Amino acid sequence: MDDLYRELIIDRYKNPHYRGSLDPHDLSYEDDNPLCGDHIRIELRVDENNVVTEALFDGRGCSISQASADLLLESVIGKDVEEVKHFSKDNVLDLLGIELGPVRLKCALLSLKVLKAGVYGLDEGEAGDDLMD
Amino acid sequence: MADQKALIFDQEAIRDDFPVLKREVHPGKPLVYLDSAASSQKPSVVIEAMNTYYRSTNANIHRGIHVLAEEATSQYEGAREKVARFINAASAREIIYTRNTTESINLVAYSWGRKNLKAGDVIILTEMEHHSNLVPWQILAEEIGVNLEFIPVTGDGLLDLEMYQKLLSKQPKLVSFMHMSNVLGTINPAKEIIRMAHEAGALVLVDGAQSVPHFAVDVQALDADFYAFSSHKMCGPTGMGILYGKEKLLNAMPPFLGGGDMIKRVELRKFTPNSLPYKFEAGTPAIAEAVGLGAAVDYLESVGMDAVALHEQELTEYALERLAEVPEVTVFGPSAEHKGGVASFTFSDVHPHDIAQIVDRDGVAVRAGHHCAMPLHEKFDIPATARASFYLYNSKRDVDRLIEGLYKVKELFG
Repeated sequence: MDDLYRELIIDRYKNPHYRGSLDPHDLSYEDDNPLCGDHIRIELRVDENNVVTEALFDGRGCSISQASADLLLESVIGKDVEEVKHFSKDNVLDLLGIELGPVRLKCALLSLKVLKAGVYGLDEGEAGDDLMD
Repeated sequence: MADQKALIFDQEAIRDDFPVLKREVHPGKPLVYLDSAASSQKPSVVIEAMNTYYRSTNANIHRGIHVLAEEATSQYEGAREKVARFINAASAREIIYTRNTTESINLVAYSWGRKNLKAGDVIILTEMEHHSNLVPWQILAEEIGVNLEFIPVTGDGLLDLEMYQKLLSKQPKLVSFMHMSNVLGTINPAKEIIRMAHEAGALVLVDGAQSVPHFAVDVQALDADFYAFSSHKMCGPTGMGILYGKEKLLNAMPPFLGGGDMIKRVELRKFTPNSLPYKFEAGTPAIAEAVGLGAAVDYLESVGMDAVALHEQELTEYALERLAEVPEVTVFGPSAEHKGGVASFTFSDVHPHDIAQIVDRDGVAVRAGHHCAMPLHEKFDIPATARASFYLYNSKRDVDRLIEGLYKVKELFG
Protein backbone atom coordinates (compact mmCIF):
# COMPACT_ATOMS: atom_id res chain seq x y z
CA MET A 1 0.00 0.00 0.00
CA ASP A 2 1.34 3.41 -0.88
CA ASP A 3 1.76 6.51 1.22
CA LEU A 4 -1.88 7.48 1.25
CA TYR A 5 -2.57 5.02 4.02
CA ARG A 6 0.70 5.51 5.86
CA GLU A 7 0.76 4.27 9.38
CA LEU A 8 0.32 7.70 10.94
CA ILE A 9 -3.01 8.24 9.22
CA ILE A 10 -4.44 4.83 9.99
CA ASP A 11 -3.20 5.13 13.57
CA ARG A 12 -4.68 8.57 14.17
CA TYR A 13 -7.92 7.44 12.54
CA LYS A 14 -8.22 4.38 14.75
CA ASN A 15 -6.81 5.95 17.91
CA PRO A 16 -7.35 9.70 17.80
CA HIS A 17 -5.65 11.74 20.49
CA TYR A 18 -7.96 14.73 20.33
CA ARG A 19 -11.42 13.27 19.94
CA GLY A 20 -14.07 14.38 22.41
CA SER A 21 -15.80 17.51 23.60
CA LEU A 22 -14.87 20.41 25.87
CA ASP A 23 -17.48 21.69 28.27
CA PRO A 24 -17.23 24.61 28.65
CA HIS A 25 -15.34 25.88 25.63
CA ASP A 26 -14.54 29.30 24.21
CA LEU A 27 -14.88 28.58 20.53
CA SER A 28 -16.73 25.96 18.58
CA TYR A 29 -17.82 25.37 15.04
CA GLU A 30 -19.07 22.49 12.92
CA ASP A 31 -19.62 21.80 9.27
CA ASP A 32 -19.97 18.94 6.88
CA ASN A 33 -19.04 17.89 3.43
CA PRO A 34 -22.40 16.90 1.96
CA LEU A 35 -20.76 15.07 -0.92
CA CYS A 36 -19.46 12.32 1.30
CA GLY A 37 -21.34 12.85 4.55
CA ASP A 38 -18.20 13.78 6.49
CA HIS A 39 -18.89 15.88 9.57
CA ILE A 40 -16.49 17.65 11.94
CA ARG A 41 -17.15 19.65 15.11
CA ILE A 42 -14.27 21.42 16.81
CA GLU A 43 -14.21 22.94 20.30
CA LEU A 44 -11.37 25.10 21.63
CA ARG A 45 -10.38 26.64 24.94
CA VAL A 46 -8.43 29.87 24.69
CA ASP A 47 -6.64 31.61 27.59
CA GLU A 48 -6.52 35.32 28.45
CA ASN A 49 -3.51 35.77 26.14
CA ASN A 50 -5.53 34.44 23.22
CA VAL A 51 -3.56 31.20 23.13
CA VAL A 52 -5.27 27.89 22.40
CA THR A 53 -4.89 25.71 25.48
CA GLU A 54 -7.11 22.77 24.64
CA ALA A 55 -8.77 21.48 21.49
CA LEU A 56 -11.01 18.51 20.77
CA PHE A 57 -13.03 17.40 17.76
CA ASP A 58 -15.89 15.06 17.10
CA GLY A 59 -17.29 13.82 13.84
CA ARG A 60 -17.49 11.08 11.32
CA GLY A 61 -15.94 10.49 7.98
CA CYS A 62 -13.15 8.82 6.10
CA SER A 63 -9.72 8.15 7.58
CA ILE A 64 -8.21 11.17 5.82
CA SER A 65 -10.79 13.61 7.21
CA GLN A 66 -10.65 12.28 10.75
CA ALA A 67 -6.87 11.85 10.93
CA SER A 68 -6.33 15.33 9.54
CA ALA A 69 -8.62 16.78 12.22
CA ASP A 70 -6.66 14.99 14.92
CA LEU A 71 -3.28 16.13 13.59
CA LEU A 72 -4.52 19.66 13.00
CA LEU A 73 -5.75 20.08 16.57
CA GLU A 74 -2.48 18.75 17.91
CA SER A 75 -0.72 21.47 15.96
CA VAL A 76 -2.92 24.36 17.15
CA ILE A 77 -2.55 23.75 20.87
CA GLY A 78 -0.19 26.37 22.30
CA LYS A 79 -0.61 28.66 19.33
CA ASP A 80 -2.00 32.18 19.26
CA VAL A 81 -5.46 32.43 17.71
CA GLU A 82 -4.09 35.05 15.28
CA GLU A 83 -1.57 32.48 14.12
CA VAL A 84 -4.27 29.84 13.71
CA LYS A 85 -6.12 32.24 11.43
CA HIS A 86 -3.22 31.99 9.02
CA PHE A 87 -3.13 28.20 8.88
CA SER A 88 -3.28 27.08 5.27
CA LYS A 89 -3.86 24.05 3.14
CA ASP A 90 -0.11 23.43 3.07
CA ASN A 91 0.01 23.19 6.85
CA VAL A 92 -2.51 20.37 6.76
CA LEU A 93 -0.80 18.57 3.90
CA ASP A 94 2.52 18.83 5.73
CA LEU A 95 0.93 17.29 8.80
CA LEU A 96 -0.52 14.43 6.77
CA GLY A 97 2.66 14.01 4.75
CA ILE A 98 0.85 12.87 1.63
CA GLU A 99 -0.26 14.22 -1.71
CA LEU A 100 -3.96 14.19 -2.42
CA GLY A 101 -6.14 14.41 -5.52
CA PRO A 102 -8.87 17.07 -5.66
CA VAL A 103 -11.61 14.88 -4.17
CA ARG A 104 -9.65 13.67 -1.17
CA LEU A 105 -8.26 17.17 -0.65
CA LYS A 106 -11.77 18.21 0.40
CA CYS A 107 -11.76 15.42 2.98
CA ALA A 108 -8.39 16.53 4.32
CA LEU A 109 -9.33 20.20 4.50
CA LEU A 110 -12.73 19.92 6.17
CA SER A 111 -11.21 20.23 9.65
CA LEU A 112 -9.21 23.29 8.60
CA LYS A 113 -12.35 24.87 7.16
CA VAL A 114 -14.19 24.24 10.44
CA LEU A 115 -11.26 25.46 12.55
CA LYS A 116 -10.89 28.68 10.62
CA ALA A 117 -14.60 29.38 10.60
CA GLY A 118 -14.46 28.91 14.37
CA VAL A 119 -11.52 31.24 15.00
CA TYR A 120 -12.82 33.88 12.64
CA GLY A 121 -16.04 33.89 14.63
CA LEU A 122 -18.14 32.29 11.93
CA ASP A 123 -16.86 34.64 9.26
CA GLU A 124 -16.85 32.00 6.58
CA GLY A 125 -16.02 34.32 3.72
CA GLU A 126 -12.65 35.27 5.11
CA ALA A 127 -12.04 31.79 6.45
CA GLY A 128 -12.74 30.17 3.15
CA ASP A 129 -10.44 32.34 1.06
CA ASP A 130 -7.23 30.59 1.97
CA LEU A 131 -8.74 27.22 1.14
CA MET A 132 -9.32 28.08 -2.48
CA ASP A 133 -6.60 26.74 -4.65
CA MET B 1 -34.27 -16.53 -27.58
CA ALA B 2 -32.38 -15.37 -24.52
CA ASP B 3 -30.66 -18.74 -24.28
CA GLN B 4 -29.61 -18.68 -27.92
CA LYS B 5 -28.05 -15.26 -27.52
CA ALA B 6 -26.32 -16.31 -24.33
CA LEU B 7 -24.65 -19.14 -26.19
CA ILE B 8 -22.85 -16.69 -28.43
CA PHE B 9 -22.00 -14.19 -25.67
CA ASP B 10 -18.24 -14.08 -26.09
CA GLN B 11 -16.83 -12.35 -23.02
CA GLU B 12 -13.32 -11.94 -24.36
CA ALA B 13 -14.47 -10.56 -27.70
CA ILE B 14 -16.68 -8.04 -25.92
CA ARG B 15 -13.84 -6.89 -23.68
CA ASP B 16 -11.73 -6.38 -26.78
CA ASP B 17 -14.37 -3.99 -28.13
CA PHE B 18 -13.60 -1.51 -25.31
CA PRO B 19 -10.14 0.02 -25.74
CA VAL B 20 -9.99 1.62 -22.28
CA LEU B 21 -10.15 -1.81 -20.63
CA LYS B 22 -6.66 -2.49 -21.96
CA ARG B 23 -5.03 0.26 -19.93
CA GLU B 24 -3.24 0.05 -16.63
CA VAL B 25 -4.38 2.62 -14.08
CA HIS B 26 -1.36 2.12 -11.85
CA PRO B 27 1.88 0.36 -12.81
CA GLY B 28 1.10 -3.33 -13.22
CA LYS B 29 -2.56 -2.80 -12.29
CA PRO B 30 -4.92 -3.19 -15.24
CA LEU B 31 -8.25 -1.39 -15.01
CA VAL B 32 -11.21 -3.23 -13.51
CA TYR B 33 -14.07 -0.88 -14.26
CA LEU B 34 -16.97 -1.36 -11.85
CA ASP B 35 -18.57 2.07 -12.19
CA SER B 36 -20.83 1.66 -15.20
CA ALA B 37 -23.92 2.80 -13.31
CA ALA B 38 -22.25 6.22 -13.24
CA SER B 39 -21.06 6.08 -16.84
CA SER B 40 -20.32 3.17 -19.14
CA GLN B 41 -17.19 2.71 -21.20
CA LYS B 42 -17.42 3.11 -24.98
CA PRO B 43 -16.73 0.48 -27.63
CA SER B 44 -14.46 1.30 -30.57
CA VAL B 45 -17.41 1.37 -32.97
CA VAL B 46 -18.92 4.33 -31.06
CA ILE B 47 -15.65 6.24 -30.85
CA GLU B 48 -15.00 5.57 -34.55
CA ALA B 49 -18.51 6.61 -35.61
CA MET B 50 -18.02 10.00 -33.98
CA ASN B 51 -14.51 10.38 -35.40
CA THR B 52 -15.73 9.51 -38.87
CA TYR B 53 -18.57 11.98 -38.54
CA TYR B 54 -16.15 14.79 -37.70
CA ARG B 55 -13.56 13.72 -40.27
CA SER B 56 -15.84 13.31 -43.24
CA THR B 57 -19.26 14.84 -42.64
CA ASN B 58 -19.53 17.57 -40.00
CA ALA B 59 -22.10 20.27 -40.87
CA ASN B 60 -25.14 21.77 -39.24
CA ILE B 61 -28.34 19.85 -39.76
CA HIS B 62 -31.71 20.48 -41.37
CA ARG B 63 -31.92 23.53 -43.62
CA GLY B 64 -28.55 23.10 -45.37
CA ILE B 65 -28.71 22.22 -49.05
CA HIS B 66 -25.11 21.12 -49.53
CA VAL B 67 -23.96 17.52 -49.39
CA LEU B 68 -22.40 17.63 -45.92
CA ALA B 69 -25.53 19.17 -44.38
CA GLU B 70 -27.70 16.55 -46.01
CA GLU B 71 -25.48 13.74 -44.79
CA ALA B 72 -25.30 15.17 -41.27
CA THR B 73 -29.09 15.49 -41.18
CA SER B 74 -29.60 11.97 -42.37
CA GLN B 75 -27.14 10.52 -39.82
CA TYR B 76 -28.69 12.58 -37.01
CA GLU B 77 -32.22 11.50 -37.94
CA GLY B 78 -31.06 7.95 -38.63
CA ALA B 79 -29.91 7.69 -35.03
CA ARG B 80 -33.37 8.82 -33.89
CA GLU B 81 -34.92 5.99 -35.91
CA LYS B 82 -32.55 3.52 -34.28
CA VAL B 83 -33.41 4.73 -30.79
CA ALA B 84 -37.14 4.55 -31.57
CA ARG B 85 -36.76 0.96 -32.73
CA PHE B 86 -34.54 0.08 -29.75
CA ILE B 87 -37.23 0.97 -27.19
CA ASN B 88 -40.12 0.15 -29.54
CA ALA B 89 -41.58 3.66 -29.75
CA ALA B 90 -44.50 3.95 -32.15
CA SER B 91 -42.69 6.64 -34.13
CA ALA B 92 -39.38 8.50 -34.23
CA ARG B 93 -41.43 11.67 -33.64
CA GLU B 94 -41.76 10.45 -30.04
CA ILE B 95 -37.97 10.53 -29.52
CA ILE B 96 -36.75 13.91 -28.26
CA TYR B 97 -33.01 14.51 -28.04
CA THR B 98 -31.93 16.14 -24.77
CA ARG B 99 -28.60 16.35 -22.96
CA ASN B 100 -29.25 13.56 -20.45
CA THR B 101 -31.90 11.88 -18.30
CA THR B 102 -31.94 14.88 -15.98
CA GLU B 103 -32.81 17.27 -18.79
CA SER B 104 -35.47 14.87 -20.07
CA ILE B 105 -37.19 14.87 -16.69
CA ASN B 106 -36.87 18.64 -16.39
CA LEU B 107 -38.42 19.00 -19.83
CA VAL B 108 -41.54 17.19 -18.65
CA ALA B 109 -41.61 19.11 -15.36
CA TYR B 110 -41.30 22.50 -17.04
CA SER B 111 -43.39 21.93 -20.13
CA TRP B 112 -46.07 19.44 -19.13
CA GLY B 113 -45.96 20.31 -15.43
CA ARG B 114 -46.35 24.05 -15.74
CA LYS B 115 -49.21 23.70 -18.19
CA ASN B 116 -51.14 20.97 -16.46
CA LEU B 117 -50.53 21.27 -12.73
CA LYS B 118 -52.03 23.62 -10.18
CA ALA B 119 -51.77 24.15 -6.44
CA GLY B 120 -52.84 21.09 -4.48
CA ASP B 121 -52.28 18.60 -7.31
CA VAL B 122 -50.46 15.45 -6.23
CA ILE B 123 -47.33 13.92 -7.78
CA ILE B 124 -46.22 10.50 -6.55
CA LEU B 125 -42.50 9.75 -6.46
CA THR B 126 -40.58 7.10 -4.53
CA GLU B 127 -38.09 7.20 -1.66
CA MET B 128 -35.40 5.61 -3.82
CA GLU B 129 -35.30 8.32 -6.50
CA HIS B 130 -32.12 9.88 -7.84
CA HIS B 131 -31.91 13.61 -7.22
CA SER B 132 -32.77 14.13 -10.89
CA ASN B 133 -36.26 12.78 -10.27
CA LEU B 134 -36.73 14.67 -7.01
CA VAL B 135 -35.46 18.21 -7.48
CA PRO B 136 -37.44 19.13 -10.67
CA TRP B 137 -40.64 18.24 -8.80
CA GLN B 138 -39.50 20.04 -5.63
CA ILE B 139 -39.04 23.14 -7.79
CA LEU B 140 -42.60 22.74 -9.08
CA ALA B 141 -43.83 22.19 -5.53
CA GLU B 142 -42.31 25.51 -4.56
CA GLU B 143 -43.43 27.33 -7.68
CA ILE B 144 -46.95 25.97 -8.15
CA GLY B 145 -47.76 24.39 -4.81
CA VAL B 146 -48.11 20.79 -5.96
CA ASN B 147 -47.91 18.15 -3.23
CA LEU B 148 -45.29 15.42 -3.40
CA GLU B 149 -46.02 11.95 -2.04
CA PHE B 150 -43.51 9.11 -1.82
CA ILE B 151 -43.88 5.37 -2.24
CA PRO B 152 -41.92 3.94 0.72
CA VAL B 153 -38.95 1.62 0.26
CA THR B 154 -39.03 -1.55 2.35
CA GLY B 155 -36.06 -2.76 4.41
CA ASP B 156 -35.04 -5.15 1.63
CA GLY B 157 -35.05 -2.39 -0.96
CA LEU B 158 -38.37 -2.92 -2.73
CA LEU B 159 -41.19 -0.44 -3.29
CA ASP B 160 -44.13 -0.90 -0.94
CA LEU B 161 -46.92 -1.40 -3.48
CA GLU B 162 -49.65 -1.59 -0.83
CA MET B 163 -48.74 1.89 0.30
CA TYR B 164 -48.63 2.93 -3.34
CA GLN B 165 -52.19 1.68 -3.80
CA LYS B 166 -53.24 3.83 -0.84
CA LEU B 167 -51.42 6.89 -2.18
CA LEU B 168 -53.26 6.52 -5.48
CA SER B 169 -56.50 7.40 -3.68
CA LYS B 170 -55.15 10.95 -3.53
CA GLN B 171 -55.84 11.12 -7.27
CA PRO B 172 -52.34 12.02 -8.43
CA LYS B 173 -51.80 13.77 -11.75
CA LEU B 174 -48.43 12.10 -12.26
CA VAL B 175 -46.46 9.12 -10.98
CA SER B 176 -42.71 9.37 -11.63
CA PHE B 177 -40.32 6.58 -10.64
CA MET B 178 -37.05 4.92 -11.57
CA HIS B 179 -37.24 1.64 -13.49
CA MET B 180 -34.06 0.43 -11.79
CA SER B 181 -32.38 1.88 -8.70
CA ASN B 182 -28.82 3.15 -9.17
CA VAL B 183 -28.08 2.35 -5.51
CA LEU B 184 -30.09 -0.72 -4.52
CA GLY B 185 -30.16 -2.25 -7.98
CA THR B 186 -33.87 -2.91 -7.50
CA ILE B 187 -35.69 -3.50 -10.77
CA ASN B 188 -39.11 -2.06 -10.04
CA PRO B 189 -42.24 -3.72 -11.45
CA ALA B 190 -42.72 -0.91 -13.97
CA LYS B 191 -45.60 -2.43 -15.87
CA GLU B 192 -47.66 -2.94 -12.73
CA ILE B 193 -46.84 0.50 -11.32
CA ILE B 194 -47.88 2.10 -14.63
CA ARG B 195 -51.09 0.07 -14.87
CA MET B 196 -52.09 1.06 -11.33
CA ALA B 197 -51.32 4.73 -12.05
CA HIS B 198 -53.40 4.70 -15.22
CA GLU B 199 -56.33 3.10 -13.38
CA ALA B 200 -56.13 6.02 -10.96
CA GLY B 201 -56.09 8.50 -13.85
CA ALA B 202 -52.44 9.56 -13.53
CA LEU B 203 -49.81 9.88 -16.22
CA VAL B 204 -46.47 8.13 -15.70
CA LEU B 205 -42.88 9.17 -16.25
CA VAL B 206 -40.21 6.49 -15.94
CA ASP B 207 -36.57 7.31 -15.21
CA GLY B 208 -34.87 4.69 -17.34
CA ALA B 209 -31.26 5.79 -16.84
CA GLN B 210 -30.32 2.40 -15.33
CA SER B 211 -32.72 0.18 -17.27
CA VAL B 212 -32.35 0.93 -20.99
CA PRO B 213 -28.59 0.16 -20.93
CA HIS B 214 -29.07 -3.18 -19.20
CA PHE B 215 -32.20 -4.95 -20.41
CA ALA B 216 -34.72 -4.77 -23.23
CA VAL B 217 -37.26 -1.98 -22.68
CA ASP B 218 -40.47 -1.76 -24.71
CA VAL B 219 -42.19 1.55 -23.98
CA GLN B 220 -45.40 0.46 -25.70
CA ALA B 221 -45.65 -2.82 -23.81
CA LEU B 222 -45.03 -0.88 -20.57
CA ASP B 223 -47.54 1.76 -21.68
CA ALA B 224 -45.24 4.48 -20.27
CA ASP B 225 -46.35 8.03 -21.02
CA PHE B 226 -42.82 9.43 -20.72
CA TYR B 227 -39.57 7.51 -20.54
CA ALA B 228 -36.21 9.21 -19.96
CA PHE B 229 -32.67 7.86 -20.37
CA SER B 230 -29.05 8.82 -21.13
CA SER B 231 -26.68 7.83 -23.91
CA HIS B 232 -23.52 7.75 -21.81
CA LYS B 233 -24.70 4.90 -19.61
CA MET B 234 -25.44 2.69 -22.66
CA CYS B 235 -22.06 2.74 -24.43
CA GLY B 236 -22.77 6.08 -26.10
CA PRO B 237 -21.23 9.53 -25.61
CA THR B 238 -22.01 12.04 -22.87
CA GLY B 239 -24.07 15.14 -23.66
CA MET B 240 -26.89 13.14 -25.20
CA GLY B 241 -30.15 12.02 -23.60
CA ILE B 242 -33.55 10.88 -24.72
CA LEU B 243 -37.05 11.75 -23.73
CA TYR B 244 -39.65 9.39 -25.13
CA GLY B 245 -43.20 10.67 -24.90
CA LYS B 246 -46.50 9.53 -26.37
CA GLU B 247 -47.09 11.65 -29.44
CA LYS B 248 -50.48 12.90 -28.31
CA LEU B 249 -49.03 14.16 -25.02
CA LEU B 250 -45.97 15.76 -26.60
CA ASN B 251 -48.16 17.50 -29.16
CA ALA B 252 -50.28 19.08 -26.44
CA MET B 253 -47.24 20.35 -24.51
CA PRO B 254 -45.81 23.86 -24.91
CA PRO B 255 -42.17 24.17 -26.05
CA PHE B 256 -39.38 23.87 -23.48
CA LEU B 257 -36.43 25.98 -24.69
CA GLY B 258 -36.99 28.62 -27.37
CA GLY B 259 -34.72 29.37 -30.32
CA GLY B 260 -33.72 28.08 -33.72
CA ASP B 261 -34.98 24.76 -35.05
CA MET B 262 -37.90 24.53 -32.61
CA ILE B 263 -39.97 26.97 -34.70
CA LYS B 264 -41.98 26.76 -37.87
CA ARG B 265 -42.24 30.52 -38.29
CA VAL B 266 -41.04 33.54 -36.32
CA GLU B 267 -42.28 37.13 -36.40
CA LEU B 268 -40.97 39.95 -34.23
CA ARG B 269 -43.60 39.42 -31.56
CA LYS B 270 -44.64 35.81 -31.93
CA PHE B 271 -43.66 32.37 -33.16
CA THR B 272 -45.30 29.18 -34.34
CA PRO B 273 -43.66 26.09 -32.84
CA ASN B 274 -42.30 23.36 -35.06
CA SER B 275 -43.83 19.89 -35.20
CA LEU B 276 -42.49 16.92 -33.26
CA PRO B 277 -39.81 16.13 -32.34
CA TYR B 278 -38.18 19.44 -33.32
CA LYS B 279 -40.53 21.49 -31.15
CA PHE B 280 -38.41 20.46 -28.16
CA GLU B 281 -34.98 20.77 -29.78
CA ALA B 282 -33.91 24.41 -29.78
CA GLY B 283 -30.52 25.42 -31.14
CA THR B 284 -27.79 23.35 -32.77
CA PRO B 285 -27.94 19.97 -31.09
CA ALA B 286 -25.24 17.43 -30.23
CA ILE B 287 -25.00 15.98 -33.74
CA ALA B 288 -21.86 13.86 -33.39
CA GLU B 289 -23.23 12.57 -30.09
CA ALA B 290 -26.47 11.50 -31.78
CA VAL B 291 -24.37 9.63 -34.34
CA GLY B 292 -22.43 8.04 -31.48
CA LEU B 293 -25.64 7.02 -29.72
CA GLY B 294 -26.88 5.45 -32.95
CA ALA B 295 -23.67 3.40 -33.12
CA ALA B 296 -24.12 2.40 -29.46
CA VAL B 297 -27.65 1.16 -30.19
CA ASP B 298 -26.33 -0.86 -33.15
CA TYR B 299 -23.62 -2.30 -30.93
CA LEU B 300 -25.99 -3.30 -28.11
CA GLU B 301 -28.41 -4.83 -30.62
CA SER B 302 -25.58 -6.83 -32.18
CA VAL B 303 -24.82 -8.35 -28.76
CA GLY B 304 -28.52 -8.64 -27.90
CA MET B 305 -30.13 -7.02 -24.88
CA ASP B 306 -31.41 -10.35 -23.56
CA ALA B 307 -27.85 -11.66 -23.61
CA VAL B 308 -26.61 -8.52 -21.83
CA ALA B 309 -29.29 -8.92 -19.15
CA LEU B 310 -28.56 -12.61 -18.65
CA HIS B 311 -24.82 -11.99 -18.38
CA GLU B 312 -25.34 -9.24 -15.79
CA GLN B 313 -27.76 -11.41 -13.85
CA GLU B 314 -25.14 -14.17 -13.57
CA LEU B 315 -22.48 -11.65 -12.61
CA THR B 316 -24.69 -10.06 -9.95
CA GLU B 317 -25.47 -13.43 -8.40
CA TYR B 318 -21.76 -14.24 -8.34
CA ALA B 319 -20.87 -10.84 -6.84
CA LEU B 320 -23.48 -11.20 -4.09
CA GLU B 321 -22.13 -14.67 -3.25
CA ARG B 322 -18.55 -13.45 -3.08
CA LEU B 323 -19.44 -10.31 -1.08
CA ALA B 324 -21.28 -12.53 1.40
CA GLU B 325 -17.96 -14.29 2.08
CA VAL B 326 -16.61 -11.11 3.66
CA PRO B 327 -18.29 -10.83 7.07
CA GLU B 328 -17.63 -7.07 7.40
CA VAL B 329 -19.57 -6.35 4.20
CA THR B 330 -23.24 -5.37 4.23
CA VAL B 331 -24.93 -5.20 0.82
CA PHE B 332 -28.02 -3.01 0.47
CA GLY B 333 -30.98 -3.83 -1.71
CA PRO B 334 -33.01 -6.86 -2.68
CA SER B 335 -31.92 -10.41 -3.48
CA ALA B 336 -30.55 -11.19 -6.93
CA GLU B 337 -33.93 -12.01 -8.48
CA HIS B 338 -35.14 -8.40 -8.12
CA LYS B 339 -31.76 -6.82 -8.72
CA GLY B 340 -29.82 -5.51 -11.70
CA GLY B 341 -26.04 -5.28 -11.87
CA VAL B 342 -25.46 -3.00 -8.89
CA ALA B 343 -24.04 -3.85 -5.46
CA SER B 344 -23.89 -0.99 -2.95
CA PHE B 345 -22.26 -1.94 0.30
CA THR B 346 -20.57 -0.83 3.48
CA PHE B 347 -17.55 -2.45 5.15
CA SER B 348 -18.09 -2.40 8.92
CA ASP B 349 -17.45 1.24 9.87
CA VAL B 350 -14.80 1.94 7.24
CA HIS B 351 -15.77 5.01 5.27
CA PRO B 352 -16.67 4.20 1.64
CA HIS B 353 -14.11 6.76 0.43
CA ASP B 354 -11.41 4.70 2.08
CA ILE B 355 -12.79 1.50 0.54
CA ALA B 356 -12.85 3.07 -2.93
CA GLN B 357 -9.37 4.52 -2.52
CA ILE B 358 -7.83 1.26 -1.35
CA VAL B 359 -9.31 -0.86 -4.14
CA ASP B 360 -8.35 1.84 -6.65
CA ARG B 361 -4.71 1.23 -5.76
CA ASP B 362 -5.22 -2.20 -7.34
CA GLY B 363 -6.92 -0.74 -10.40
CA VAL B 364 -10.50 -1.45 -9.30
CA ALA B 365 -12.82 1.49 -10.00
CA VAL B 366 -15.85 1.65 -7.70
CA ARG B 367 -17.86 4.69 -6.66
CA ALA B 368 -18.25 5.94 -3.10
CA GLY B 369 -20.77 8.42 -1.78
CA HIS B 370 -24.54 8.82 -1.80
CA HIS B 371 -24.81 8.29 -5.58
CA CYS B 372 -27.20 11.25 -5.93
CA ALA B 373 -29.71 9.56 -3.63
CA MET B 374 -29.27 11.32 -0.29
CA PRO B 375 -32.82 10.67 0.96
CA LEU B 376 -32.43 6.94 0.30
CA HIS B 377 -29.18 6.83 2.29
CA GLU B 378 -30.88 8.70 5.11
CA LYS B 379 -33.65 6.13 5.05
CA PHE B 380 -31.08 3.38 5.58
CA ASP B 381 -29.28 5.62 8.11
CA ILE B 382 -25.91 5.52 6.37
CA PRO B 383 -23.98 8.57 5.12
CA ALA B 384 -22.56 6.77 2.10
CA THR B 385 -21.97 3.44 0.41
CA ALA B 386 -19.38 1.98 -1.91
CA ARG B 387 -20.92 0.80 -5.15
CA ALA B 388 -19.74 -1.78 -7.66
CA SER B 389 -21.80 -1.82 -10.86
CA PHE B 390 -21.50 -4.19 -13.78
CA TYR B 391 -21.94 -4.12 -17.51
CA LEU B 392 -21.53 -6.45 -20.45
CA TYR B 393 -17.74 -6.12 -20.45
CA ASN B 394 -17.28 -7.21 -16.83
CA SER B 395 -16.36 -10.76 -15.88
CA LYS B 396 -16.27 -12.87 -12.74
CA ARG B 397 -12.55 -12.17 -12.66
CA ASP B 398 -13.41 -8.48 -12.13
CA VAL B 399 -15.54 -9.43 -9.13
CA ASP B 400 -12.64 -11.49 -7.78
CA ARG B 401 -10.34 -8.48 -8.08
CA LEU B 402 -12.82 -6.41 -6.06
CA ILE B 403 -12.96 -9.06 -3.34
CA GLU B 404 -9.15 -9.20 -3.22
CA GLY B 405 -9.21 -5.43 -2.73
CA LEU B 406 -11.71 -5.75 0.11
CA TYR B 407 -9.35 -8.11 1.91
CA LYS B 408 -6.76 -5.32 1.75
CA VAL B 409 -9.29 -3.00 3.37
CA LYS B 410 -9.60 -5.57 6.11
CA GLU B 411 -5.83 -5.75 6.48
CA LEU B 412 -5.54 -1.99 6.91
CA PHE B 413 -8.62 -1.19 8.94
CA GLY B 414 -9.64 -4.56 10.35
